[in-house]
Amino acid sequence: MSGTEKETGFTFTIDGVEIKAHAGQTIMEAADAAGVYIPRLCDHEGLRHQGSCRVCTVKAGGRSVAACTQPAAPGQAVENETPHLTKMRRDLVEMLFHEGNHLCPICEASGNCELQAMAYRLDMTEATKFPYLEPCRALDASHPDIALDTNRCISCGRCIRASQDVDGKGVFGYVGRGIHRRVAVNGENLADTDAQVSDHAMSSEVCPVGCIIRKRVGFAVPIGEREFDKGLIGHEIEEKRK
Amino acid sequence: MSELPKARIATASLAGCFGCHMAILDIDERLIELMKLVDVDRSPLTDKKKFTERCDIGIIEGGCCNEENVHVLHDFRRNCDILIALGQCAIMGGLPAMRNAIMHSDAPLRECLDEAYITGKYIRNTTHNVPNDPALPLLLDEVYPCSQVVEIDYQIPGCAPTGDVIFDTLFKLLTGKFRGFEREMIRFD
Repeated sequence: MSGTEKETGFTFTIDGVEIKAHAGQTIMEAADAAGVYIPRLCDHEGLRHQGSCRVCTVKAGGRSVAACTQPAAPGQAVENETPHLTKMRRDLVEMLFHEGNHLCPICEASGNCELQAMAYRLDMTEATKFPYLEPCRALDASHPDIALDTNRCISCGRCIRASQDVDGKGVFGYVGRGIHRRVAVNGENLADTDAQVSDHAMSSEVCPVGCIIRKRVGFAVPIGEREFDKGLIGHEIEEKRK
Repeated sequence: MSELPKARIATASLAGCFGCHMAILDIDERLIELMKLVDVDRSPLTDKKKFTERCDIGIIEGGCCNEENVHVLHDFRRNCDILIALGQCAIMGGLPAMRNAIMHSDAPLRECLDEAYITGKYIRNTTHNVPNDPALPLLLDEVYPCSQVVEIDYQIPGCAPTGDVIFDTLFKLLTGKFRGFEREMIRFD
């Protein structure tokens, strides 16, 4: 990359739309700024990129890459909303539903849940072909202000990064490997950690699902008036282009 | 324009709360429009207990929690050209499926029945037995979604789906215009 491009930025395309970017920006950062939404679950504004959920997979130069970690490059042709990629993303989201215990009708996050909203967006309405694994997972209600229902956890790691990088605490961390990898707390249970309900990691926007529950605030906003009842996930980004 | 021949539909409620059938009634006055297109065969709406003819569309609410549910579902698959799973319980087991895993037990069904009939804090059960009458259908080890028992053609998500999406889907299927759901109409909760 020439020195001029670093200073003035460059352009690349997503599904044929020209996007402006500057050196160091990821494909997703440039797309967000330009009003092109790339679906994502583990990535969140203000947290370092992790690239683990792979819902943001795009094709760049014929290769599959995670848009949240892949730097944008001048002249790159990125594919985002193709039938193939949408199907792959839908399969990923379906597998997340099958891997945990996601019972939307009894979840207080219903309507505010990014996993559920992603299923809306990706038209997850066909018969699924995967078995429900129905794992036995722990519920930790030991803390006076916070509860964890790990049945709903999708291991996005957003709470881990928020607690480490923003709160400077490290309340959460991964344990186990492969399908047994889980988010665990730094203690016997949540009450033994220095977690506080005012931590950024406990804020409503960090946990994309209903795993981190702030006690006594559930159902304050009725179903039907919740965040994703108003529009598809990503519509705020897409509205920038209109 | 000649009128379309009437289609036959059938409905059944398996392991569910009957809310999806209530949602069918949420179609409101459009039911009159719908009834111009269909005759209702076996259904709680008509109180017919058996199929009288082969049906074009079968609508199933609820998952399979006992042997009778499986029997009914097979009966529907045999007698219906198109089978629709209506609502969360039919699609993924829904609330009844909570007994599958969340009890943190090696035998979740046993623990569920024990707590419901014997060990529960507020139970007044003088026999101290789990009901075991031969007339009761045998419970399955788990609650199964309909698609794990028979082939399902369409799934309408929601708990319960709105009357709007049920009407829209049925109307479009009956008039040959169904091309998938409109995103705005689909709700999973």
